[in-house]
Formats: sequence, structure tokens, C-alpha cells
Amino acid sequence: MRVSTDRDRCVGSGQCALLSPEVFDQDADGLVVVLRESPAEELRGEVLQAVDLCPSRTIRVHD
Amino acid sequence: MTQSADAVPEAGPPLPQFPMRRTCPFSEPREYAAMRAEDPVSRAALKVNGKPTWLVTRHEHVRQVLGDGRVSSNLKLPGYPHQFHIPEEMLAQVRLMMLNMDPPEHSAHRRMLIPEFTARRVREMRPRIQEIVDERVDAMLAAGGPVDLVTALALPVPSLVICELLGVPYEDHARFEEWSAAMMNHELSPAEYGAAVQALDMYLDKLVTLKEKEPGDDLISRFLEKNRTEQVADHVDVVTMARLMLVGGHETTANMIALGVLALLRHPEQLAELRADPALLPNAVEELLRVFSISDSGTARVAVADIEVGDVTIRAGEGILALNNAADHDESVFPDPGTLDIHRKEARSHLAFGYGIHQCIGANLARVELEAVYGTLLRRIPGLRLAAEPDELRFKDDAMVYGVYALPVTW
Repeated sequence: MRVSTDRDRCVGSGQCALLSPEVFDQDADGLVVVLRESPAEELRGEVLQAVDLCPSRTIRVHD
Repeated sequence: MTQSADAVPEAGPPLPQFPMRRTCPFSEPREYAAMRAEDPVSRAALKVNGKPTWLVTRHEHVRQVLGDGRVSSNLKLPGYPHQFHIPEEMLAQVRLMMLNMDPPEHSAHRRMLIPEFTARRVREMRPRIQEIVDERVDAMLAAGGPVDLVTALALPVPSLVICELLGVPYEDHARFEEWSAAMMNHELSPAEYGAAVQALDMYLDKLVTLKEKEPGDDLISRFLEKNRTEQVADHVDVVTMARLMLVGGHETTANMIALGVLALLRHPEQLAELRADPALLPNAVEELLRVFSISDSGTARVAVADIEVGDVTIRAGEGILALNNAADHDESVFPDPGTLDIHRKEARSHLAFGYGIHQCIGANLARVELEAVYGTLLRRIPGLRLAAEPDELRFKDDAMVYGVYALPVTW
């Protein structure tokens, strides 16, 4: 699993940082930062939830 | 009254009127379930002016509309589904709030505020929020029951939190609470509504002017400081931003506090579970947000291009209400949607904070406030109970944001 984001779309809701804090964080501007581009397989569930709940569809997962 | 061309009724039966009332405070308006099943993207007439609008009721479609770049939030565009009567001349003078801006203007304003509401910043506010809640519960216990939970706790907690964040003196709370309650009431005349907005803006204008000269450690001062380099907003924009944060920051959370407590008191078995295991609180908060979806029609849009939603083509210039209370009772996402279930695993998929680029910027702050209030009440006032007959309670059927006017409780 590979995770990428389009920071231009990010509206800083922080859902990803709350749902999957090992994979996502927010920088000083409050915008998404990917901490692990290839997260462990056991994090798939929470990463997919972050993808689903991101209000601006900023996160992409590539298998 | 003059009628514009688009107000001429179409052939066929008269359109249903919007808003539709919640006949039971704990469920969506009765009409929504049938609309979701049979006519999920349907026409209605706005009660305020008789103009037609689209109502979108399925979860999937509400997300689609609110995530679509071809819809605008600009209330000045013709076709925007107004729920207040705003005379044309007044509308022309309105300064857009962030929630009525479109990109790229919206993005520039929102980015000024995002750092204030990150997951980390909100986590840092938690201890102070807990202190505020404890102080109010101390006062309740000292006074003894019965008390009105709305005035004793539900309003003061979010009001104190947002005042400290913005740098607004809490001593003035009686005044701005009255103005913001008036701004939420869609049965007021345009003159009364305008007077409330003007009074609050005059108050905030003085405050912003003061902070321009003597900055403090608060959101408004940080916004002003950042704006010196970013040049995103003029003075009136800052006043308008402060109004949005102040009104949005306390009225909504206050309503959720009172309604959530009422719902838990009606489900003593779930309340007991929550008291025994506070780890269940975050999901319970999501479920309560879902069940009430208090800002049902806050997601008004107007199409700026033709868009397909389900089997329907919404034409450019037509108004859309993407109803989050209808979406949050969509049985394809939330089985048995009318039932409160604090264990519901999909609760967090609710759209009570909206969706898309305008999703409530204070959502995480609201979550923390609700957790702190529900958790503290359960822990510190275990004998809490309603001190009125349920049918004596008056609900905010006349307001943009649903709630209960007073909630007498004792213990």
C-alpha cells in the first residue's frame, strides 16, 4: 500500500491525523503531511477510513 | 409580492414546502425517508419566498454535491436557496462570510484559520476545556437542582471556550448570545435579523480595532498579524470572520450539549454503559451528532454548471439543499437509522459537520467539548434526571440550527 496526498486540496480538517496518527500529521499550516508513504498492512483499515472521511478527497491509496 | 419567472409553479401537484418540521425531536422530518427511497433528488418550494430548490437526501448524493467544484456557496448568486428573507438591497451590501465564499477566495481565508483548529491544537485545549466544564458543574452542584441545563452549562461552556480562543471578553456574553440567537431564527423579520447582525458587527468592529492596536494571545490577533503579510482580508472581512467564529462556535455546540444529554437520559441503559466505560464517549459523540444533525439545511448551494446527481440533471443556476439530516438517516449507510446506538460502528460517517471544502472548521473542537461535557456530567452528577415532562420541552423548530430552548434537570 502506498499513500499520496494532494496538498492543494487539503482543507485541514485533521480527520486523517486523528484516525491514523502513525501515517498522517498536520504541519504548522495545518495541512496534511504523510509520515509513512508505505504504511504497514495492518494500518490499511484506518488509512482507508481516513481516505473515506477526508472531506476534500485529498488522500489517495495505491496498491 | 413580485414573482420572478422561476417562481412560476411547474405543472403537476404543488411542490412540498421546505423546511419540513421534525415531528419528533429525535428523528428526521417524516417526509425524508420517502424522498430518499422514491425521489432522492427532488423539488421543493422554499417557505420563505416560494422559490423552487432541489433537495438532496441520500448520503452518497449529499457527499457528491458538497464535494463538487461546480456548486457555489455564494448567497448573492441568483438561484441560491435562501431560508431567510433578505431584501435585494440588503443582500447587495452583505459581506460574504467564509462559508459563503468559493475558491480561490475561500481557500485563502480558510488557510488563515486552519492552524487554529488542527488535531494537535485542539488536543492542547483539552485541559482548559475540562477546567471550564468542571467550574460550571461545581456551580451547578453548589446551586442545587433543579436548574436549566442550557443556561447553567450548555451555553456557557462553548461560549467561554470560543471567547478565550477568539479573545472576546466573556463579560459581554449576554449581549452576543442574544444577537446570535436572533441571527439563527428564520421567523424574524429582515429588519430584526439585520439589526442583530449590525449590533454584533458594531461590537466586534470595536474589538478588532482594539486588537489592531494592542494585539493579544488570541485567534483574532494572530489572524491580524498573519494578514499583514498575507493581505487576504480587510478590516470588514476580519469583523465578519470574528462573527462567524463567535456565532458558529457556541450556538451549535450548545444545542448539541443539551440535545445529547436529553437523548442519553432517554436511554438509561446506554448512559450506564458510557458511565462505566468512558472510552465509549468518542463514538457516542459521533452517534449523537448523527442522530440530531442539527444544522440540516446549513449546506445550501447553487449549481454553476449542469451536474448529474442520481437520475437528475441539476441545471446551472438552480439552488440545492444537500440535507445532512436526511443523509445521516440513510439506511444504506446507517442500518436502523432512527435508533440511537452508541456502539454504531459507522457513526463517524455522518455529515453533521457538512462535507467538502466547507466542512465545519471547528468540528474537532466541538467533539472535544461534547466529550468533556457528557463525560463530566455522567461522572460527577450520576443522579442527573429531567425535571420537566418531556412534552413541556420547547424545541427550536423555528431556527436554522435545531436545539431545545431550555432543559430543566435535577439530581
